[in-house]
Amino acid sequence: MKIIYADNNATTKVADEVIKQMLPYFGEYYGNPSSMHTFGGNVDKKIVQARQGVADLINADPGEIVFTSCGTESDNSAVYAALAANPEKKHIITSNVEHPAINNLCKHLVKTKGYEVTFVPVDKKGMLDMDILYNAMSDNTALITLMWANNETGVIFPIEEIGKKANEKGILFHTDAVQAAGKVPIDVKAAGVDMLSMSGHKIHAPKGIGILYIKNNLKFSPFLIGGHQEKGRRGGTENTVSIIGLGKACEMAKEHLNEMDTRVRNMRDYLENQLLEKIPACSVNGDKDLRLPNTLSIGFDAVEGESILLLLDQEGICASSGSACTSGSLDPSHVLMAMEVPLKSAHGSIRFSLSFYNTQEEMDIIIKTMVSVIQRLRDMSPFWKDGKMV
Amino acid sequence: MWEYTDKVKEHFLNPRNVGELKDANAVGETGSLSCGDALKLFLKVNENERIIEASFMTFGCASAVASSSALTEIIKGMTLSEAEKITNDDIADFLGGLPKEKMHCSVMGQAALKKAIADYRGIQILEKPGEIVCECFEVTDLEIIDAVKKNNLETTEDVTNYLKAGGGCGNCLERIEEIIESVKVN
Ligand SMILES: Cc1ncc(COP(=O)(O)O)c(C=O)c1O
Repeated sequence: MKIIYADNNATTKVADEVIKQMLPYFGEYYGNPSSMHTFGGNVDKKIVQARQGVADLINADPGEIVFTSCGTESDNSAVYAALAANPEKKHIITSNVEHPAINNLCKHLVKTKGYEVTFVPVDKKGMLDMDILYNAMSDNTALITLMWANNETGVIFPIEEIGKKANEKGILFHTDAVQAAGKVPIDVKAAGVDMLSMSGHKIHAPKGIGILYIKNNLKFSPFLIGGHQEKGRRGGTENTVSIIGLGKACEMAKEHLNEMDTRVRNMRDYLENQLLEKIPACSVNGDKDLRLPNTLSIGFDAVEGESILLLLDQEGICASSGSACTSGSLDPSHVLMAMEVPLKSAHGSIRFSLSFYNTQEEMDIIIKTMVSVIQRLRDMSPFWKDGKMV
Repeated sequence: MWEYTDKVKEHFLNPRNVGELKDANAVGETGSLSCGDALKLFLKVNENERIIEASFMTFGCASAVASSSALTEIIKGMTLSEAEKITNDDIADFLGGLPKEKMHCSVMGQAALKKAIADYRGIQILEKPGEIVCECFEVTDLEIIDAVKKNNLETTEDVTNYLKAGGGCGNCLERIEEIIESVKVN
């Protein structure tokens, strides 16, 4: 069966061009980039080139780029570094819709280290309450960490605006840009961020490689203490193969930004509009304007997400749900709950996330399949009768 | 990935006995939209108290649909007194087992059946006895004690898997822990 992959916020296909760049470094060129000999040194040259590719994507200097093992490590490193830089400050500001890599870490710091964390709430559109955010900033605040874009809804936070405020107040500012990278332009200088996380596998590089941008001259304590690699900011022999792949992926991401904003956005809008038009009682989760161009989170009344996903799976369509039933917990996702999405549609929420590999034909197949899947489930739902919710 | 048996998948993809039974003389409803799953069970019972037809309407995940479908297959042809003895384990066994996190789907089947039988007999199931422990899913202490005893549940997670209790806001987890302990002690 042909797979239609519409789950690109979960992970992405490794681009053929990326694989091509990586392959020789799995086998023939296995040298250690730290070695004195030319055999290792040649690998180092490729890493220098990759670092440049990453830096160019986010308007950073190559020296500001540190390679890590994943987005989660980048997030954890950033938070711990900020706390270490300000040992006397015991307060963190974040939001209540962050990825677990930040959310659970913050909860852990509350529980085990006695930190006070302000989880800034979002409104029904998933947008931050800016008053609460600004009022929470104090002399005791060690770090503000807010995601650039939300993985479930695609909602984009006003990072530049927040960066300005944080800089004025002299508070360190980290952003989790794992979902934003490659989908919208990122300029670390304009955004006023001190640290920024990215992950390879969301931008057509392999899994298990991440990036932490650390602004020049920032006081940084490493999370992994070890060798001199990454200028002492992250110990451990480099994952040379993945770094080389990631460099290529960043170059490609930059080239595709315009396509993301046009062709991919148009496909997403088409999918969204067609579903809204053809299926009664469904609604989009999250702000429609301040949103990644590839993401659509949409809730269907009176049906349950896991059932939708399983029926889509039968047709080879890969998407994901904001519903509990897939994750073991029983409530809908913390993101949809934070947005107070009504339970009648939160349980039946599906996320489609596109990439530049998707096609218009695929959108038509998804639309057609969704119409019949929702109809089929509503036909057996006790909450649906004669074309409406009961 | 879904760790469902082939039988669960098959009953989800081809559910038996779906839809409202127009001439049902017993109906049992359980669950709600906010819980994330709900089942409405319809029975047609003849003068000998035998279930001659059964059907369902379900909102919920694949295992909820499969459990409902299984339930209707199991009880068709049974007398009410036979059906009364059906437990959630019978439903799970019929399906070749359910993932632990989904046991509550089979519990829902048992509960709906109980209500349908009571409905036929004209018995009002009054307010649940006991004291509500889990506010999110309206589960009482007596229900928890019962489930812990019958299924040898050991952790709060087990209780959540069977009854959902504690799976919402989580405020009652400590209380559930106490209940498990007290059952163990006795
Ligand atoms: C917003 C966000 N942050 C962090 C991560 C974690 O990245 P990784 O899977 O590379 O650890 C993800 C990916 O799931 C994400 O979507």
